[in-house]
Amino acid sequence: MLTQRETKPYVTPYVGGIVLGIVLFAAFFITGNGLGASGGMNRLLVVVEDWIAPWHVDRVPYLIDMAGGNRNPLDSWVVYVTLGTILGGFFSGWRHGRLKVEIDKGPRISNRNRLLMAFLGGTLMGYGARLARGCTSGQALSGGAVLSVGSWAFMLAVFAGGYALAYFVRKAWI
Amino acid sequence: MGEFPLPLTDMLGQNGAYLVYLVIGFAFGYTLEIAGFGKSTKLAAQFYLRDMTVLKVMFSAIVVAMVLIFLTSGLGLLDYNLIWVNPTYLWPGIIGGLIMGVGFIVGGFCPGTSIVSAATFKIDGIVFVLGVFFGIFLFGETVGLYEGFWHSSYMGRFTLPELFNADTGVVVVGVVIMALAAFAFAEFMEKRFGDRTQLTFPRWRFSAAGAVLAVGVTTLLVGQPTNADKWAAIAPEQEARLNERAVQIHPMELLTYMNDRGIITYVIDVRSESDFNQFHLIDAHHIPLASLLGTVSDLHLQPDNTLFVITSNDETAATEAWKILTAEAVPNVYILEGGINGWLTTFGDEEFKQQSFIADHPDDRLAYAFPLALGQRFPAANPNHDVFEDVEYTSKVVLTIKRGATSGGCG
Repeated sequence: MLTQRETKPYVTPYVGGIVLGIVLFAAFFITGNGLGASGGMNRLLVVVEDWIAPWHVDRVPYLIDMAGGNRNPLDSWVVYVTLGTILGGFFSGWRHGRLKVEIDKGPRISNRNRLLMAFLGGTLMGYGARLARGCTSGQALSGGAVLSVGSWAFMLAVFAGGYALAYFVRKAWI
Repeated sequence: MGEFPLPLTDMLGQNGAYLVYLVIGFAFGYTLEIAGFGKSTKLAAQFYLRDMTVLKVMFSAIVVAMVLIFLTSGLGLLDYNLIWVNPTYLWPGIIGGLIMGVGFIVGGFCPGTSIVSAATFKIDGIVFVLGVFFGIFLFGETVGLYEGFWHSSYMGRFTLPELFNADTGVVVVGVVIMALAAFAFAEFMEKRFGDRTQLTFPRWRFSAAGAVLAVGVTTLLVGQPTNADKWAAIAPEQEARLNERAVQIHPMELLTYMNDRGIITYVIDVRSESDFNQFHLIDAHHIPLASLLGTVSDLHLQPDNTLFVITSNDETAATEAWKILTAEAVPNVYILEGGINGWLTTFGDEEFKQQSFIADHPDDRLAYAFPLALGQRFPAANPNHDVFEDVEYTSKVVLTIKRGATSGGCG
């Protein structure tokens, strides 16, 4: 426990969804852009890569677009959305008494295996998100709301992939 | 139409614009957290039909944002052309989505939710974020091995109304109804598989569903603005620019930009196919007036430093095309002054001009007779800039930065 605040329950899903929808609409209405997460994380990573191995960044086409030569990978709106997401998540966690150092997991899995799976799952997510040119936020949520065909196909694929494998990893969760 | 999207950088400076994005991100992170998206067990429960929060939150957010976007677009407050719609790369998207679905159930998060989880000190969230960084790193190092696939099945800006060949309003209402059906299904599953003490089904959700459906139906009734509606809204201002001849550029100005490596010139030739085959400027795109609207989304996806120049034989058809593209908010569109005829008068060789001139040609028809349909192999299609360096003209092009969004969440 890092705070003395009482842990408050989460809001009803529909409340969360409606508020999220209004935030998404506001983003589009004010800026023309939707929301995103993996793009910002991508650029934060490239900063580190450019710092450690600029010669490498200058030779890989995918990285040149973001950080080749004098380009600053932080010079993009999505980076600031990502930084804001961190701050907003932290603030809400603090306000609602949910800042806790803990590992969320199912009852039948060890901490070590849970963390191994978290890392593996994260790796797959990061890889898939770049392959699909966006994650659940940038593709499914934002693209879905503006009726992009590719975003809807993507969204169905994410659910399909999750449901297809869920049975085989049930020990991790239930 | 008011200014859309807001010119944040002009209003607030670069840092001010980034501050706006920071605030939007803050609201995003806060909302994800209060919905319970920082907790992996809650997210994963979606896939065991015990707690359908993920589906409910995502679909309600999508339908709420969708009805508001298309209602404001119908009312002319927002320009759908200038909104970032993720371009469709069908198979990379589907394969990437399947990999992400697997990553979701293995790791318990998606990238956005893992950020929130890490921000509230969940160790599994932090480890997941590290995994995401590693995955992104791996992608950057390996995409070169299958670059072809990554760029395959590209369909540009392809939307559901286009796919179903249906009115936008109909699709909007259809998506709302589909989402409501999904919610009913989700609640049914939760009652069957979930922990009933943890679930709440507030009565007001029926009113909310009715309200969203009502906004959707209103959107359908209002309809989306046609090209003519959009032109009518901006006509007084834009007619003035046409009359002041602020958008008709001299052939020499176009030739100068064609030789400027910092600018991409995109010449749109709206003449008949036979005229186009007789002669056209080098690399010109043949787009007859009738099919121009269908190319608008492609034009919006051209790079920022693209200069669009429309040509007809004189200026009549080119001016019509200019109105269409300007109404659709395509940036940096100009008309070639005097059209192809003016171009040939400026750059054609003297002998050709004397022999081939048609003195009494009707308006917007070719003023020169070509012995052969040489297209862009005719010398004047690509004049040597240095030879004509002395031709004087008044520079009119003012390149503006795109008002629309230039990239999606993939940044």
